[in-house]
Amino acid sequence: MTLWTWLKSLTSPPIFFALAQRLGFWFGLISIPLLAYGLIGGLLLAPPDYQQGEGYRIIYIHVPAAWMSLFIYSLMAAAGGIALIWRIKVWECVLTAAAPIGASFTALALVTGMLWGKPMWGTYWVWDARLTSELVLLFLYVGVIVLQQSIADARAAARACALLAIVGFVNVPIVHYSVEWWNTLHQGPSVTKFGKPTMDASMLVPLLVMTLGFMSFFGHVLMRRVQNELLSRGEISRG
Amino acid sequence: MDKLLTVEFWQMGGYALYVWGSYGAALLVFVWNLLAPYLKQRELLSRETRDQRS
Repeated sequence: MTLWTWLKSLTSPPIFFALAQRLGFWFGLISIPLLAYGLIGGLLLAPPDYQQGEGYRIIYIHVPAAWMSLFIYSLMAAAGGIALIWRIKVWECVLTAAAPIGASFTALALVTGMLWGKPMWGTYWVWDARLTSELVLLFLYVGVIVLQQSIADARAAARACALLAIVGFVNVPIVHYSVEWWNTLHQGPSVTKFGKPTMDASMLVPLLVMTLGFMSFFGHVLMRRVQNELLSRGEISRG
Repeated sequence: MDKLLTVEFWQMGGYALYVWGSYGAALLVFVWNLLAPYLKQRELLSRETRDQRS
């Protein structure tokens, strides 16, 4: 089987449904040790911060959630592009299935950010560029979800969602670079900097492992949601 | 692991509310993400078998 026929077979709903079953299983399985190590590393092994003491441990939830919020949206924009250009149903399903998961991670990034801001900045919320653009990201996710639910025809709904996902992608680099382009209360990047990250390995490793755990957990729940999309569209019949 | 049994660990240097609030919020998000599609899939599959029977 050539690569091309293999890739093409992935666009068939029944084949993708079976693949999602297997992939979802493995994603779920590897997420367990990754999340467990991330939790132990972040809460027990990593030393307290010299400025923020134990309070900085919020980072092990906040940063992976925020990264996921950007990653999932980028995936949705890419899926939207594929769905619009090649009209592949499976990718329409990926797009609409990812939206609620992305919205939940964005909300988690915002809530943990507020819980971190209160003790360290003295306020839950400021309208600085990072916080505001992340809130806009949440609205974009909600927009995709509402748009999908408001159009009865699944394919027309997915096309509209794809357009919104692609147009809204403009916001993703704005979120990422907001801390450099504007004067924000939010700190600059400490991991994704050129050269050396400004975090010690004892703190950084649990953060990266936790992020991998978030990613594989996302893979697990995305696969299940894509299956549900295919089922509810009547693309899969069991029997 | 003995650290888990100390009061200091759970106090989080005075940041208990914020740290555990964040981890609690994460737990909620994870549980919801697991349960919602699982329940939905059960409903979809049972609806389908019902449709096939009728």
